[in-house]
Amino acid sequence: MAEAVAPEMRWRDVNKLLARPGNIVAPTFEHSPQLRDDLGKYVRLLVVGAGGLGCELLKDLALMGFQNIDVIDMDTIEVSNLNRQFLFRLQDVGKSKAEVAAKRVMQRVSGVTIVPHFCRIEDKDIEFYNNFQIIVLGLDSIEARSYINSVACSFLEYDENDNPLEETVKPMVDGGTEGFKGHARVIMPGTTPCFECNIWLFPPQVKFPLCTLAETPRTAAHCIEYAHLIRWDEVHSGKAFDADNPEHMQWVYSEAVKRADLFGITGVTYSLTQGVVKNIIPAIASTNAIISAACALEAFKLISGCSKTLSNYLTYNGLDGIHIKATDFVREKDCLVCGPGTLIELETSVTLQQFIESLAEHPKLLISKPSVTYRGNNLYMQAPPILEEMTRANLHLPLFDLMDKVPKGTVHVSGTTNKEGKKTSCLRKLRVAFKGVDGIVDMDVAGAS
Amino acid sequence: MAAESKTKYDRQLRIWGEQGQAALEKASICLLNCGPTGSEALKNLVLGGIGSITIVDGSKVEAFDLGNNFMLDEESLGQSKAKCVCAFLQELNDAVKAKFVEEAPETLIETKPSFFSQFTLVIATQILESYLLKLDKICWQANVMLVVARSYGLTGLVRISMKEHVVIESKPDHFLDDLRLHHPWPELKQYANTFDLNVKDAVVHKHIPYIIILINIVEEWANSHGGNLPSTRQEKRDFKDQVKGHMLNFDEENYREAMDASFKVSASRGISSHIQQIISDNAAEVGSTSPDFWVLVAALKEFIENEGDGEPPLEGSIPDMTSLTEYYINLQKIYQAKAESDCLAVEHHVRSLLKRIGRDPESISKAYIKNFCKNARKLSVCRYRQLEDEYNSPVLPELQKYLTDEDYSFAVGFYILLRAVDRFAANYNRFPGMFDGDMDEDISWLKTIAVGMLNDLGCHGSAIIPEDLINEMCRFGGAELHAVAALIGGIASQEVIKLVTKQFVPLTGTFIFNGIDQKSQVLPF
Repeated sequence: MAEAVAPEMRWRDVNKLLARPGNIVAPTFEHSPQLRDDLGKYVRLLVVGAGGLGCELLKDLALMGFQNIDVIDMDTIEVSNLNRQFLFRLQDVGKSKAEVAAKRVMQRVSGVTIVPHFCRIEDKDIEFYNNFQIIVLGLDSIEARSYINSVACSFLEYDENDNPLEETVKPMVDGGTEGFKGHARVIMPGTTPCFECNIWLFPPQVKFPLCTLAETPRTAAHCIEYAHLIRWDEVHSGKAFDADNPEHMQWVYSEAVKRADLFGITGVTYSLTQGVVKNIIPAIASTNAIISAACALEAFKLISGCSKTLSNYLTYNGLDGIHIKATDFVREKDCLVCGPGTLIELETSVTLQQFIESLAEHPKLLISKPSVTYRGNNLYMQAPPILEEMTRANLHLPLFDLMDKVPKGTVHVSGTTNKEGKKTSCLRKLRVAFKGVDGIVDMDVAGAS
Repeated sequence: MAAESKTKYDRQLRIWGEQGQAALEKASICLLNCGPTGSEALKNLVLGGIGSITIVDGSKVEAFDLGNNFMLDEESLGQSKAKCVCAFLQELNDAVKAKFVEEAPETLIETKPSFFSQFTLVIATQILESYLLKLDKICWQANVMLVVARSYGLTGLVRISMKEHVVIESKPDHFLDDLRLHHPWPELKQYANTFDLNVKDAVVHKHIPYIIILINIVEEWANSHGGNLPSTRQEKRDFKDQVKGHMLNFDEENYREAMDASFKVSASRGISSHIQQIISDNAAEVGSTSPDFWVLVAALKEFIENEGDGEPPLEGSIPDMTSLTEYYINLQKIYQAKAESDCLAVEHHVRSLLKRIGRDPESISKAYIKNFCKNARKLSVCRYRQLEDEYNSPVLPELQKYLTDEDYSFAVGFYILLRAVDRFAANYNRFPGMFDGDMDEDISWLKTIAVGMLNDLGCHGSAIIPEDLINEMCRFGGAELHAVAALIGGIASQEVIKLVTKQFVPLTGTFIFNGIDQKSQVLPF
C-alpha cells in the first residue's frame, strides 16, 4: 500500500539520528538514510503487557519507526484503566487489551503492523519468544517478569570460555511504576544483570500474620483481611472468593466494618477494602508516560546503535522534585537463570523418566512436573494432552540416546517451583554431561578455537 | 463525586485524594505549541480529568508531524494542528473542556499579553528564549504559573517559573514518625507507667506495644545516667541491649520491634532546620495581605515558642505495631487527644493573629488548620527566580563546579547548548544542523556562540563544553523525537499535577534530560 506521505518527509526527525554520523554512538552503528526503513522492515519487537505501560510503549515504539510489533496480554479492559490507558474508551470495557490497543495504534500510525496475543504469557511456547530481536516489558507483576526473563535467558548460550555467544543474546527492556515512582532497565543476558540477578530490588509483599487478624486486630486493613481470608471461608463453605465480583467485595466490606466496630477501630472504607484485597498499586498517566518513553528510547538506541545505552538500571522519583538516577549493577556470576546453566552429571543409562524425577529432588532446582526440550525438540511435554501422548514413549528411553549421544548438551526444563509458599512457573537451563563418554566433540571444538 | 468518575479515577484518587482531584478539575491550562512534547503533556492531564485546556498553535499539519505526533493522522494533513490535536484529546475524556486558538504563540505574546491571565497555568513548549523571557514577565505579573518544556534531539529541559509555591501536604516517602518517646507528655507517661515490663503473663508480655516498652526503658536509663538519654554510639548499643534484656523469648515480635525502633529515643528534640528556616522567613511576619499559609506559619511559630516548648504540634498518628487491640487503641486515643489539643492551641494563635492583622478571625477554616498541624513537620516552600534573572546572572560557582564534574558535565553542557541553539536560531533563522549541507559551518558557529555565552557568564579556564556534545547537538538538528517528547511531556505534566493539587514537592531549578546515557540532572539554577 502506498503511503500518503513520502517516508523521508515523515521520518525527518528520526532520520537526523539514523542517517547522520555521530560522535557518541555504539561501535556497531552504521548511519544510513536506509536505516529507518530497515528498522521498520526487518526488526520485530515484542511488547509484554498492554496496560498502563504497554499502551504507551506501543505508541512510542510505533512513532520511533518500528513497524513490526507483537503485543501479548491476557487482561480485559476495566473502567479503572481509563485514567491512564489512553488507547481504551468506555465502550471498550470487557474487551481484550492487546486486541484493542493493537487496533487503535494501527488506526493512527499508518504502516505499522501490531499483532495482538490475547493469552497468558505461559500459553506461548518458548520458541515464540525467539521470533523477536528485543522484548520490552510493561508489567506489574514480579512473577510475570521473572517468567519472561527466564525465557529470554534460556536462549543464551556460552562458548567454552563461558563467554556469551552474541547471536544467542535476547535483550530485554523492562519498566515498572508505582504512583510517582518508577524504574527502567536494560537487560543484556550474560552481560548485564538479569531480573533474577538482583531480585532483591523487588522485596516480597509483607503479609499480616493470621493470629493478628484473628486475635489482635489494630488497623482497618487487619479487619478487612480478617473478613477476606478467615470470615469468608467460615461462612461460604467451599465457595471461592472472587475479587472481581462486586457482591463479594461488598460482603467483605460490611464484615470488616462489623469487626472494626467491635474492636473500636476506625478507617474501614469500601475503597480501602478494594485496595487491600486486590493489592491495588496506585497508578497515574504521567509516570507511565515517563517510564515507557525511557524504555522505548533505550530499545530504539539498542537496536539502531545511534547513541549510548543506559547502563543499566534507572530509577525515577517525582515525589520531591525530580530524581533520576542510573545505577550500573553487576551480574551475579552464578545466576541459575542467566548463567551457563546448572551442571548435572548423569550415567548414560538414565532414562528420561528418571531424569525428570531427579529434578524434583535437586536442591537447587526443585522443579515439579517439568516438560523437557532439547535443541527445540520436545522430549517430554506435560501438556497439552495430545503432545503428552506423542512424547510419552520417550520416558522409557535413555536421555543419552534422546540427546543424540552427545557427551554434553543443554536441555531446557519448564515446570513449577515453590517460591515462598507460592507455586510459580519456571524455566531452567541445564547442562547435562554424561559420565564416561569420550569427549570427541569436545576435542574438535577445542581444536577449532 | 459521581460513582463512575470514582471508579475511573480510582488509581489516582489513591494518590491525591478527592481534594487533589477537585483542584485538578478546577484548573484551566493553556498549552503553547502542540507538537509531540506539548500534546503528550496535555494527554496525561486530560486523562486525569483536568478542568479545561486551551491549545495555542498557528501551524498546519505537515508530513513530519505524522512521524512524531500520535494525536495527528493522515486525514489531518494540511489542517490546523491545534484543531486536530484538540479533537483527539477531547476523545480521551469528555469531562474536560477542550478549546483551541489557531494562532502562533509568539503573536499572542507580542500582541495580546492579557490573553494569558485567564489561566491557572501555562505550559510553554518549544518556545525560543527571546519569547520565553517575555512570556515569563507576563505570567509573573498576572500570577499565572508557567511550566517550560523543551525537547531537542536526545536532550530537553523542564523548568517552573512563578514567585512562590507553598505545600502543606508534601507527602514524603519516608519520614520519621512523631512519637515523643524521649519526652512523653504527662498522659502518655502515665499510661506507660501502668505497665509492668516484668509481667508474668506471657501473652501480655509479648503484646506490650513497643512505644510503652521504650518509654519505660528510657526512663530506667535516664534514672541511672543522670537524666541523660543514650547519645554516643556505645550508649545506643547498650540501650538496645537493655531492651533485649527484657525479652523472655526470641519470638517476641514486640521486643524485636522495640529494638529496631530504639534509635527513635535518641531523635533530636525540637524542629528541623528546614522548618526553622520556614518560621524565620520574612513572609512569616504577617500583614493584612499575607496568604493563609503564612498566617499559619506565624501561628506555628508562636505555638513552638509557647505551648509547644520547642516542639511542633503533635502529628497524632502511630504506626502499626504488635500489641493487644486494647493497648493499641488506648495509645491511639492518647496520641489523638494530644494532637487535638495542640491543634486547638494553634487555632487560638491563628484567630488572634487574624484579628491583629485586621482580618475576620474566622476566615481560615478549622479543616485547613487541622491539616496544617498534621503536616507541620513536612511543610515546603519553593521559590523561583524569573527566567531573566537566571539567564543574566546564573549561580556562577555552581555552574563552574558542575562543568568540571563528570556526573554533571553532559547535563550542564546541554543546559548551555539548549540556550545556544536558541541564539543560533535568532541569528540564522534555523537550528544548527537542520540541513545536511551546513553541518560543518554550523558546528563551528554553535561552538562560537556557546563559548561566548560561557565567557559572558564569567566562566573561564577549565570550564569547557565537550566537543562531542557540540557535534551531537548539531546532529540533532532541532529534531523532536517522539520518545524524548513523551518523556519531557510526561515530566512537565507531573509537575503541573503537583503545582495544581498543591501536593508533593515540585521541581526547583532546571531539569536537564540526558538521553544519551540517561544521566539526567536537576541543576540548581
